[in-house]
Parts: sequence; structure tokens; C-alpha cells
Amino acid sequence: MGIFDIYLLEAVINGFLLGGVLALLSLGLNLIFGVIDVVWICYAELIMLGMYGMYFLYTVYRVPIGLAAALCIVLVGVLGLVLHVLVIAPLLGAAPINQLLATGGVLFFLQSAATVLFGIEFKNLGLRLPVLKVAGMFVSYSRLLAFGAALIAMVLVYLLLTRTYTGTAIRAIAQDRQIMPLMGVDSRRIYLITSGLGGALAGLAACLLVLQYDVHPFVGLTFGPITFLICVLGSLGNFAGGFVAAFVFAEIISVGGLYLDLEWGYVFAFAFFIVMMFVRPEGLMARRS
Amino acid sequence: MTLYLPWVGAAALLALPFVYHQPYPLHILIIILIWSFAYTSWSIMGRFGLVSLGHGGFMGVGAYVTALAWNYGHVSPWIGVPLAVVAAAALAAVVAYPCFRFRITGHYFALVTLALSGIVLQVITATRDYTGGSLGYTPERYRGGGSSLWALQFSDKTTWYLIALAVWAGGLYVWSRVDRSMLRYALEAISEDEDAAAATGVHVTAEKLKITVLSATMTALAGALYCQYQMFISPDTVSGISVSLQMVFAVVVGGIYVSLGPTIGAVITILLAEVLRVWFGTRAVGWDNIVYGVLLVLFIIFLPKGIVGSLTDLRRRAGWTSS
Repeated sequence: MGIFDIYLLEAVINGFLLGGVLALLSLGLNLIFGVIDVVWICYAELIMLGMYGMYFLYTVYRVPIGLAAALCIVLVGVLGLVLHVLVIAPLLGAAPINQLLATGGVLFFLQSAATVLFGIEFKNLGLRLPVLKVAGMFVSYSRLLAFGAALIAMVLVYLLLTRTYTGTAIRAIAQDRQIMPLMGVDSRRIYLITSGLGGALAGLAACLLVLQYDVHPFVGLTFGPITFLICVLGSLGNFAGGFVAAFVFAEIISVGGLYLDLEWGYVFAFAFFIVMMFVRPEGLMARRS
Repeated sequence: MTLYLPWVGAAALLALPFVYHQPYPLHILIIILIWSFAYTSWSIMGRFGLVSLGHGGFMGVGAYVTALAWNYGHVSPWIGVPLAVVAAAALAAVVAYPCFRFRITGHYFALVTLALSGIVLQVITATRDYTGGSLGYTPERYRGGGSSLWALQFSDKTTWYLIALAVWAGGLYVWSRVDRSMLRYALEAISEDEDAAAATGVHVTAEKLKITVLSATMTALAGALYCQYQMFISPDTVSGISVSLQMVFAVVVGGIYVSLGPTIGAVITILLAEVLRVWFGTRAVGWDNIVYGVLLVLFIIFLPKGIVGSLTDLRRRAGWTSS
């Protein structure tokens, strides 16, 4: 195996690990879209706040990292609830695009609130996890951890949705918003649970991302768009589709970034997305009717 | 009286720089006019439910192609601007055609166009050897400064004010032409129900494509104009998602469905930012966007037709009750 192939293999493996994180990102958004039929444009900003939460809890207040992560997940979950109650609930009957734009307003708000409160300096946990060296390749430990946690979270969400009464109600609401309230499902309660769950997933993503990336008020813009693209490519609301699309995107970014700059990886991913819109406009996993 | 009002207003706007030429207020007015034009361009398609978050991309193409053509090809903006506009129109067509052909609407359309502004932003950043990346880019001064019609660089603000005013008025003219055209009826039918519109003989894809290309063309022109006036562009100010959202925000605040709505939106947002900047100085960094964000949410919840639209409604309702 030449040196070139090792780099390629390393990029492929790192792409695979990145895919796990991206899949986790898209999972929360997909859940909210599938159930409430709203796209939270500000989803990545919730993650940004979660990352700040981790930074302050761990670095400034010296909370043990496990507890900090748990607190952070709860915190962002509560933020999701607040977002739903304050912004989405009054707009449930409005045109879908108005809901999308209102969360765009929240994006503005959160970004600048973070700028005002925390400043624009890049901050990080000051925690350097070791890099594993496997057969001459470098695999970052934090990515491996993120991948594992993302996988576990996804299995848990899957079990929750399929094995519990609440999960069944959530899936039922996602299938038919009008009928389920007549069947005795309290749709407002389900919406609240889903928003909280979506927020908590964003919180988990924040805990994992803060291990790898510095946090700053505009960090949401770096992975927000890619998350939306993944959800659209995998058909909005389709969990399996989002999962597959996340890995496809991550590989393109990682392998594309190997040959050129990382930005080119993103450019390729975006271009791939637009080409896919021609080929499979309903998304990768859409059932053809 | 109301019949003469637009003419009086136009005359007053035309005469303004000759009577009053303080550079700072004039600068604010020029900026307001340029952005008003950009917002009008967005609302020309946005009012039909075609919510694009890709207009930051078109604006970026308009600005960067003009500047790059000038710096590298020594192509006059008189050629560079049409070049940029054609590039943006082509980009719009390439992205919008599959969207419309395969009936990507609503959320999906907004997200696909969001990807577009993401691409333009990333391409500008990735080609930093040529475009300066996120540090921004400056078109070269024509022979070390001064005004030149050939280079489309003017040192006095009055010229720029008149140019911006003319372009802005042109934008309003296009808006009213669309408002009175068959295209408008076709697009309104489409935004109500695509299938029904298609059944009555409206070519859904073609009509949507027309308005999108028109809107992208105008937005690119706004970008080019901004570049020539400011002589400095950066991905954050003319491209990307925040610019797209800024357009949506201003239009929603002003009012999507009325011709002066985007202009009022631009006046409010830019004055708000300036007032905060003047009052609070550097401490105000970020505060204007906090206010924008909260206002955007409040407007969408309580006043979805925007200020001008709601006022018009109010007047109409008052008129009905009194008659």
C-alpha cells in the first residue's frame, strides 16, 4: 500500500466517523420536522449555545465533564422547549414558510446574543484527547467517541420511538396530524416532548462537537447548512434517509478535503447535493410512487 | 393630491443631494437605496411564496465577478456588470430549473437555495488566493483614485446617490410592471395551487423560472453596485446565509406585498443599525441583530404583512367602516 492510499484510507475512515456526528445532527432536525412539520433554521445555533454551555461548565466552573455534558443536554433540551412554546406554538397554523422565517429570526437573535454575551473570541475546552495511531493512520479519539455516542443516541431514539407508548404516539402524530388528536393523543404534549427531545439531541451533538472544534458565535454557520442539506437529501423527516445521506456527505467532505482545502470538500458536497436534486428530487430514500 | 404625491416625492429625492450634501447622511441614503433595490429584487419573487435563501449567493456573484473582472481582466464594469448579471442569471436558472421541474416547493425550495448561498460563500472562501477569502476584496482604484466613468468609480457622493436612486426607481418600475403583468396572475395562481394552475394552462415551470431569473439578475446588479460604491466586499457583507436572511427580514418587516415595503424595511433596518452604532459605539456590536431577530419573530407572529401592508389594510378597513 503506497503512502497515497494510506492518506486516502485515513480520509475515508475519518469521513465515516464524521458521518456519525452529522447523522446525529440530522436526527434531531428530522425528528422535529417529521413530527411538528417545522424546520428549525436555528438548530445549529442551539448547538452553538450548547457548546458554550460545555465551555463554561467545564472550563470556568470546573464541573466534571460527565456531569457538564448531562447538564448541557438538559439545558439545550429546555431551550428547545422554550423555542417551541415562544415561537413555534403561536405559528402552528401559519404558512410553513413563516415558521421557517421565524426560526431564522431566532438564529439572528441567538448569534448576536452570543456575540454580546461571550464575545467573538474562539474558545475551546483546553482538552486534548489523544490521537490513535492504527496501522500508520491517525484517527482522532474525539471523533471515535463522537461516532460511538452518536450511534448509541440513535439506537436509543429508535427504541424510544418504536418500543414505548409515547414513541408510538410521536410516530402516529407524524403520520397524521389531524386524526391523532381525535384518537386521544394530546398533540400539544407530543409536540413539547419532541421539541425537548430534539433540543436534547442538539445538546448531545454540542457536547461531542466541542471536543473537536473551537466555539465562537458563528460556529453554527459552519455546520448548519450541511445539516439541512443532509436532511433534504435524505428526505425531510426520514430518519434512515438522513442517516445514509450523512455518511455520503461526510465522505465527500473528508475525501474532497484531502485533495484540496477543506472548503473544497464542502463545495463538492454542495455541488453533489444540487446534482442529486436533478437525479432524485425527493431525496435519496424516497419511495417512488 | 395623492396623484401628485409620487412626483413631488421623486422631485424631492432628485433635488436632495444638490441642496444638502453632508457626506455621512448621504452615504446612509446611498446604502439604503442600494439595499432597498436588493430587497425589492428579493420580494419580486418572495411575494409569490417563492422564498429563496439563495439571494446572498446571487449578490455575491454580482459583486465578485465585477470586481474580479476589473482586477484581473481589466474589464470595465460596463462589461463586467453585465457579465456578473448573466453569471448570476445562469446560476439561478441552473439551480431553479430542477427545483421547479421536480416541484420542490416551500421548505425544500428554501433549503435548496440556502445550499446555494452556502456554495457561493464556500467557493469565495476556498479560492482565497484570488478573492481574498474571508478577509474581503477590493477592486483596484482607477489610476490611484479620482472619478472615472470608464471604471465606474466616483469620488463624490452626489453621483453615487443619483446612480443608486435611478437603479432603485428602476427596481420599483420592474416591480410595478410585474404587478400589472399576466405573470403575476399566473404566479399567484401557482402559489395557491400548482395543479389547478397547470390545469388552467399555466406553464408552471416556465413562469416560476422567469421570475426567479429576473429576481436573481436584479440582485446581482445590486451586488455589483454595492461593490463599486463601497470599493470593498467580503463574503460576510455580500454573500452567504446571513445576507439572505437579512433580505428576508427587511422585506418581512416592511411588507412583502407592497412595492414600497422592501424600501421601508431597508430604511428601518439600516437606520436601526446606524442609530445603535452611533449611540453605543463598539459596545453595540451584535445588539442590532438581537433587535432584528426579536422583531423578525414578532413581526411574523403578529404582523405577517409587514408595516406597510398592515397600514394599508388598516386604512382600507377604516374606509369600509366609514362608508
